[in-house]
Amino acid sequence: MTMRIRVNPIACEAHGLCAEMLPEWIELDEWGYPILDGEELPSQLVAHARRAAKACPTLAIVLSGE
Amino acid sequence: MNGFSSAPLWYTTRSTAIVAFVLLTASMFLGIAATQRAVASRQWPRFATQDLHRNVSLLGLGFIAAHIVSTLLDSFVYVGWWSLVVPGTSPYRRVWVALGTIAFDVILVVIATSLVRHRLPLRLWRAVHWSVYAVWPLAFVHFLETGTDAAHGRFGLWLDIGALLALVLAVAIRLAAANEPVGPLRSVAGRSR
Amino acid sequence: MSPAATETWPRRVLAGIDSGDTDAYAAHLDTWGPLPGASGPAIVEAVEASGLLGRGGAGFPAGRKMRTVAAAANRRPVVVANGAEGEPASGKDALLLGRAPHLVLDGIQLAARAVGADEAHLALHRGSPVAGAVRAAMARRGGPDGVPVRLHEIPSRYVASEESALIHYLNNGEAKPTFTPPRPFEQGVGRRPTLVNNVETLAHVAAIARRGAAWFREVGDADEPGTLLVSISADGVTRRVAEVPTGTTIGAVADRAGVGRDGVAAVLVGGYFGSWLPAAYAWQLPLTHRAMRSAGAALGAGVVAVLPSSSCGVAETARVLGYLAAHNAGQCGPCLNGLPAIADALRRLASGAWDERWWPALERWMAVVPGRGACRHPDGAIRFASTALSVFAEDVAAHRSGRPCRAWSADPWLPVPRPPGGWR
Repeated sequence: MTMRIRVNPIACEAHGLCAEMLPEWIELDEWGYPILDGEELPSQLVAHARRAAKACPTLAIVLSGE
Repeated sequence: MNGFSSAPLWYTTRSTAIVAFVLLTASMFLGIAATQRAVASRQWPRFATQDLHRNVSLLGLGFIAAHIVSTLLDSFVYVGWWSLVVPGTSPYRRVWVALGTIAFDVILVVIATSLVRHRLPLRLWRAVHWSVYAVWPLAFVHFLETGTDAAHGRFGLWLDIGALLALVLAVAIRLAAANEPVGPLRSVAGRSR
Repeated sequence: MSPAATETWPRRVLAGIDSGDTDAYAAHLDTWGPLPGASGPAIVEAVEASGLLGRGGAGFPAGRKMRTVAAAANRRPVVVANGAEGEPASGKDALLLGRAPHLVLDGIQLAARAVGADEAHLALHRGSPVAGAVRAAMARRGGPDGVPVRLHEIPSRYVASEESALIHYLNNGEAKPTFTPPRPFEQGVGRRPTLVNNVETLAHVAAIARRGAAWFREVGDADEPGTLLVSISADGVTRRVAEVPTGTTIGAVADRAGVGRDGVAAVLVGGYFGSWLPAAYAWQLPLTHRAMRSAGAALGAGVVAVLPSSSCGVAETARVLGYLAAHNAGQCGPCLNGLPAIADALRRLASGAWDERWWPALERWMAVVPGRGACRHPDGAIRFASTALSVFAEDVAAHRSGRPCRAWSADPWLPVPRPPGGWR
């Protein structure tokens, strides 16, 4: 099962750590909020995604599945 | 009293206190100022300041632990084992040591909750974390009153005041950065949008 | 400005609303008879077999939703009837609640029985003109009807009637949308599985429980059967509500409602959440979710509005976007930053203060904001704006180059209420 990644847009406060930790999948828009490349993560990015989720100060990165 | 008593222990107690205080203040500085995204840059990405804050805090805790152990082993001033967690039980400078006890207890909870941040509701973690604003003044006074460096040598006093000014600066940075309008940001990958 | 029902096709949920009987309950019983005693599972089966789709906008199969909530094993479900009509151009819920409240109340009881709920809530917007009629109907029913129904008057903000916002309001008093999952049917009021249905859906349930699924399927489209209530705005102010068989074309509805086709520049389908379509194309479109989707639009809550050629589509779009931008819940960065930016750009475009350098920014915002909020508010607003820019392309080009567009009236057309109070 693939891991899915989403942002909880209500919890997100645009700290930007997720984009730093997972630049292959996350970009920031001009206001600092994350844009994800999709919901289903390629397996080689799963470890980085976990780190990105851990890094988020508001725990807004939500991982599921796997 | 069967404990050790010696100048080295006393100096250890004092020196670890100083280092711990500096580290704690540095940790607070980072937590207050470096968490603002306007303060981040390509040289200082947020994940770096976040890690730094964490490591400085843990190191600071280590030094507090050393400070406490050294104090307990030292029989020149008697501070019992209870004083580790129960404030007000130290015969030596009861009140000021108590402040240190409280500060230590709270710092332990703050760090423990931060280590398991993902398993806790965000609001709980935040409320606990914000208690450091109450803790730091306790450490400040504990340092000032319990330690002899402040009274007998100006150095301790200047350190205390310097630390206070540093935190005032941190708060100023935070307020200024938070008021900045949100502008275009660059991700670390270098793309500007 | 109360909506007037128009004479159209076979009356289902609107049957009996013109009886003139001062006792609404007696009139209701005359038309429909008493509440049927069908069992919960029988009700679910009937609704499933009928093919009824939710009438609140999403068009989700009502029977399937009911069955999912009914199957929730752990906790007693709750029923929430959504009568909070946030869409300014929609008048169907108000009509139903004002003139056929007992059918809706019946639907609530039957839905509660179907899912095994032990409590129900009915939500209206604060200041709704039909609150009195609803209270009177609830009082008139006298003793315990089955499941107790609590009436709530929620803040009159555009997104307050969104499903998760409604649940959030019932749980802790603030009508702001929440991050889903879990959706209300899994965890809603008090973390219990919650069936949220539009009041029109519940009215249809009450009719189906009495007359059967086959009766419901007698009219309308084969795949999306039955009737639906359509609000059509003839003059930008009066909303006429008609009950039409699904699959009826927009043009046929317009004709019957006395809305002229001449001089209409474009048709708005689905409300401020919906899509603009060129008039000629719109008239022949059947009112089904399917047809709307393939036209790049959405049926939404059955709102149809026409824009005359005299009005400027760009100006109307700018005004509505200003309204929608002011109504964001302030929770999600892309929406709370993006919608005001888009609204501002459109305002400049409409008012002649345009700078062409803004165009790439406008396109970028409209591309980057949808799908990144907790609810579909930004998506709907941007769909409204982008379909407008496409349908009114000539006017947009004129505005962009500083020429006057073909419209000549400066009077506002689409209703845009004043931004109201808070979230609690």
